[in-house]
This record gives sequence, structure tokens and C-alpha cells, in this order.
Amino acid sequence: MDDASNGKPKTELLDQLEEGPWPSFVKEIKAASQGSEKATDLLRQLERSYEERKGHWKHGGMVGVLGYGGGVIGRYSDLPEEFPQVAHFHTMRVNHPAGWFYTSDALRTICDIWERHGSGMTNMHGSTGDIILLGTTTDQLEPTFQELAQNGFDLGGSGSAVRTPNCCVGMARCEWACFDTMKLCYDVTQAYQDELHRPAFAYKFKFKFAGCPNDCVASIARADLSVIGTWKDDIQVDDAEVANYAAAGVDIQKEVCDLCPTKTMGWDGKKLSIDNRECVHCMHCINVLPKALRPGKERGAVVLIGAKAPIMQGALLSSVLIPFVPAEELLDTLKELVKRIWDFWDEYGTNRERVGELIQRVGMPAFLDGIGLEPVPEMVAAPRDNPYIFFETKNGGAK
Amino acid sequence: MPVFECEGRMYEVDEDGFLQEPERWSQDVAKDFAQTEAIADLTDGHWKVINYIRNYYLQFGIAPMVRKLCKETGYKLNEIYQLFPSGPAKGACKLAGLPKPTGCV
Ligand code: SF4
Ligand code: SF4
Repeated sequence: MDDASNGKPKTELLDQLEEGPWPSFVKEIKAASQGSEKATDLLRQLERSYEERKGHWKHGGMVGVLGYGGGVIGRYSDLPEEFPQVAHFHTMRVNHPAGWFYTSDALRTICDIWERHGSGMTNMHGSTGDIILLGTTTDQLEPTFQELAQNGFDLGGSGSAVRTPNCCVGMARCEWACFDTMKLCYDVTQAYQDELHRPAFAYKFKFKFAGCPNDCVASIARADLSVIGTWKDDIQVDDAEVANYAAAGVDIQKEVCDLCPTKTMGWDGKKLSIDNRECVHCMHCINVLPKALRPGKERGAVVLIGAKAPIMQGALLSSVLIPFVPAEELLDTLKELVKRIWDFWDEYGTNRERVGELIQRVGMPAFLDGIGLEPVPEMVAAPRDNPYIFFETKNGGAK
Repeated sequence: MPVFECEGRMYEVDEDGFLQEPERWSQDVAKDFAQTEAIADLTDGHWKVINYIRNYYLQFGIAPMVRKLCKETGYKLNEIYQLFPSGPAKGACKLAGLPKPTGCV
């Protein structure tokens, strides 16, 4: 099946994926195939898959390293005679540093290790956040693990376990971070080493930490437990900077006030006013006027539960569990909360049921009761429009 | 189909080394497979776990969930990893002669 003229694998269908202005994994695998026979066989098998419209990886290998129940995804070709270099093509997940900061030395070390023990191909980073090392054989797993460990790296989570916690870059680079995402991510990773490396749950459990409601790690869509930074007091406004934006041609009324989802801002041509009680912390105004506006000073995070991508059932977005936790209390609060959630999930979750699906099945009230939390209006999407919630005015009458 | 050989005894296994003929299982088979899982000697603790998994499998046709395994044997999960370094699914189930578990353990 190779192109006789140059000895390279025939990749007519794959070549189409290189067209257009976007980055292409085909281009990268081709580059890797210069030095790696595994990459060459990978191209061949992939071309075959496109021809036959059929994947050629077998489902569910079970391989690993000693002491851990996860971190390696077993993968075998179902055409091992034709593509011997990818007969075994296991993936290793390596726990990435919080915020994905590396020295170039660290990156070189990982690449060197992987060239010695695997295909040399990596995926920085997979959707789990981990460093993904693609393609090795069973006998290379333990030596790779040992060498990674000697250089300060550990495997990440896989299977029915805590997955490698993941966070946005937070305070390292971003002025909007309402708590130190990198520190919390690191602390949580350390706190749950057992649960990360030794799968004990009904299914996976993901933590993601975003420093502000912009949610750059998409935690609201993908984490079983999302922690999203927010503030409790008023948005900080620098009037002089607002005036500068206006002078520079920003149409404050149209681009800021009119697009505020709760229409809680006013602009008289000189001064921007915000009725903060109506602000839903969407970040829009702050994103448009970064020099003039910033989150308030009383900072912390909202804790949400239950998101997941559509794998076993449909996609879920997470729901609010605790509307506000002060930044310095986050770690302790999470530890207590997670203990209760896991107890409940352990007791009532069925095999391969994510926490969000369990909540859907038993209902939020039963779940809250099970973990000992009182329901509050913030747990409901758009509580003010919800006919089942009754608000009282401060002096007692119904609103 | 790969074959695992131990002192002249041949076993058909899958690519991850799991026994393919569950009816051939015996304690001696478990001892042979122990070598592939970095276990030097099978102690009473190992047998407690292996027998529990084996019996559960014969009764229900699947491997028990990890949580149940721990509860019923009285071992914490990290103690199971001390007995079976590659864990309950890859290590203990393999020695108990189960086909490769797909979900739980
Ligand atoms: S989520 Fe917020 S704090 Fe984190 S990087 Fe994005 S904008 Fe910055
Ligand atoms: S953060 Fe969003 S809701 Fe709050 S004032 Fe700005 S635009 Fe309006």
C-alpha cells in the first residue's frame, strides 16, 4: 500500500486533512515519521481507517505500572500483522504542572524519555489537561514510569478515579483571578493522591479550577466539581480609565451597558454607574474595559457540581452547590464537601454513573439532603424568574 | 492468541495476559500467574482476595466493584495494592482467572 515512487506510506485521504489554514495532526505525525517507525505505521493504519470508515484500535486494554491502577491507557491494533509497529500503542498520562508552566529543560527531559521508551509523539495537552505520551509497548511502561519519577514527574489519573486536577493560569498571569487557582489545584492533587492513582469509584471524577467567571478551563461544562472564582462586593471602577476608553472611541452605551445581561449599568456620557445588586458576574463589562473595571475586593469562589461531556449520556452543565466560599477557606471547604459527595456517590451511584447523572436520577433535593446542605436560591438557574421560589422583602412581605 | 508458559505448562492468554479458558483455573494456575504480577509468594491475604473475587465471579459472572471488594475482604484499597502491585483489576482478577474486567475493578 505504500507509494512505490518514494517509499513513503500512501496517505491520500489523510493528506486532505492537511489542507486549509489550520494546524494538522497529520502534518505532525508525518514529521514524526521521519525518525519513528511507529509514526509511519500509525499513518498507514489511520489511512486504512479512513478508507474503511472504521477504527482499528481494539477496545479496552488493561496495562499499567506497579502500585498504580491508572495513568496508562492500553491500546492495541486489530491489524497487528500489517502494522506491527503499532501492534501495542499504549498511551501514558503524565500529571502536568498547575497552569502548564515548564522550563524548556523539563520539556526536553520528557521528550528525551519518550524518544527512548515510546514513539516520541506527545500531545500537549490532552483534554484532561495531562501531558499525553502516545504509543509504547507493554514492556516499556515500567521503565518509562521509573525514569519519569526520577525526574520529578508522576502519572496522571485514568479510569474510575480522580482525574488529574486542572486549573487556569490564574494569578500567575491573570489579574482577574479571584483565588490562587494554581495553588488550590496543586493542593487538591496532593490531597487526593490515593484516589487519583488507585481507581475506587463508580466512574471518573474531575476537578477544575477557574480563577474568574470567564472560566478558561471550561470547568462548568467538563468538571464534576467546578470551582469558579467570583467576588461578593462591588465591581471596582476607575472613572478616569472609563473616560479614556470613551475618548478612544469605545461606545460605552452600546458595547458595555446594552450588552450587560441584566441591564444593570448606566452611562450618562461621563460616568459609568453599576447597580451591583443586579450584577450576575458575567465578566462582560470587565472583559471590554479591562483597564477601567475589575472584580471586587472580597474574593472567593463558587463551587459547582455535576458537569460532564456527552459520553455515556447527554452533556450536563454543572449546578451551583455553594454560592460563595472566601478564597482562604476554599481548600478546607472542598475537603469536607468532597468527602460527603463521595460518600453519597459510593452509596447510591451505579456502575459508570457520574455524579451529575446520579443527581439527575435521585433529584437535587435528595442529593442535598444526603450531603447535608440547605437549598438556597443561588442553586436555581434564573431564580428570580422561577415561579417556585418565593422571595420575601426585608420587612417580611412577599415580593 | 498469545501463550503464557510456566515450567512447561501452557496457557492461552489475551494480549494483557489474562487467562482465556476460565474453566482451567486452579490454585496452581494462580501460582503460575503470580510470577507475571511481581508477586513472590501467595500468602493467606492473597488467597482471601483471590477466593472472594473468584467466588463472586462464579456467582454473578462479573468482577466485584472495588468498593465491595474492600468491604468484604476488610482490606483498604492501598493494602490490596500492597498484595497485588498492579491493583485489583489487573493483578487480583488475573490471578483469580477472570477474563479481563471491562468496567468496575
Ligand atoms: S478563568 Fe479568569 S482568572 Fe483564569 S485565566 Fe481565565 S480570565 Fe484569567
Ligand atoms: S459583570 Fe456582567 S452582569 Fe455584572 S455589570 Fe458587568 S456586564 Fe453586567
